[in-house]
Amino acid sequence: MDFKDYYKIMGVKQDASQDEIKRAYRKLARKYHPDVSKESDAEERFKEVGEAYEVLKDPEKRVAYDQLGSNWQAGQDFHPPPDWDAGFEFNGGGYTAGDSAAYSDFFSSLFGQGFESAQGARGRSGGFHARGEDHHAKVLIDLEDAYQGATRSITLQSPVTDQHGRVSTKKRTLNVKIPKGVKQGQRIRLSGQGSPGMGEGKSGDLYLEIDFNPHSFYKVEGRDVYLELPITPWEAALGASIKVPTPAGSVDMKIPAGTTTGRKLRLKGRGIPGKQAGDLYVVPQITLPPADSDAAKELYRKMEQELAYNPRSKLGV
Amino acid sequence: MNKEILNGDLLDEQTTLSLGELCLACSSHAEWIIELVDEGIIEPIGKSQRQWQFSSVCLQRAYTAMRLQRDLEINLAGIALALNLLDEIDSLRMRLNRHEGNT
Repeated sequence: MDFKDYYKIMGVKQDASQDEIKRAYRKLARKYHPDVSKESDAEERFKEVGEAYEVLKDPEKRVAYDQLGSNWQAGQDFHPPPDWDAGFEFNGGGYTAGDSAAYSDFFSSLFGQGFESAQGARGRSGGFHARGEDHHAKVLIDLEDAYQGATRSITLQSPVTDQHGRVSTKKRTLNVKIPKGVKQGQRIRLSGQGSPGMGEGKSGDLYLEIDFNPHSFYKVEGRDVYLELPITPWEAALGASIKVPTPAGSVDMKIPAGTTTGRKLRLKGRGIPGKQAGDLYVVPQITLPPADSDAAKELYRKMEQELAYNPRSKLGV
Repeated sequence: MNKEILNGDLLDEQTTLSLGELCLACSSHAEWIIELVDEGIIEPIGKSQRQWQFSSVCLQRAYTAMRLQRDLEINLAGIALALNLLDEIDSLRMRLNRHEGNT
């Protein structure tokens, strides 16, 4: 188990006041909130900051944590010293944020005990029925899956409380059909796949949010798909019929004569399928062949001589 | 291991959630959902509360609102503002992404 330097995580000095810690937390929580931040490790950072704050905001936990000594380095292999918490009482105040599975082993080894017994006591109340909680998870798919439909196997970790009130995480794998025509951010509801109910209560539902893996050349906007298509100067100038890739296989497309870079050419209904199928927009990018041989150089010189072309005429030069 | 393939309901313009279902999905009270509607954060289809139906977009917004309120202690007016700004950032990011190309 790695030692966690909660002061470093919060970016405060060890003698920071409770107010400074609160301000630091607020700032970091806003910065790394997974709904706000687009950084890939936002969720991890947010949890880490939450855990650090959970300890440092509580004067009692903070004193106990400080007592471990400042010789520890973040990431160092850590075992709590025996009886390290003698004289402290965390009961009831162990976790307050409720989501115990989100905390690290380091946290649990220090402050976990009180929480677990408190949970157990609550769990034992008999004769109570309630519907299980609904769960939310993300599933990553490829753009091609949205065109064809797919089956994805997803592994979920959920906290479970045993009869002694101990909390652990349980893994389960589900095979889920991703229907054809899903959009980014859309949700699939799986009835009865959330938390089990209490007593005779029904299980909750599981909501899966669809998220696309970034594609190396397609960009997706709702049901529309964009493709930047490199074309040659002669295809752009003279027009041509060329092969264009689409997530459903390649198609032939006509490039009109006089096509300019950045112009959008629409392939109707070739976007993500659905009742109202999206469109595929092809955005031509004119690329120049390199002048890397005498023959190529000669061709460019010939163009220079024979085409009286000034692309800067509008700039008055 | 369970080899069964699960078929879920795709929430789209046609498949919607009732007020009760949205409450369960966000683990919240109906009163809180009604406050979201009053604040204009989510817009149900249907005139009376009994007929209200919520789209997938409503679910996403309500769920985000729930997390913002819980984690950052933002009030509903602040959440409404944050969601609008996040929407705007998202659409700008999409446009930027499209124009930046793959070079």
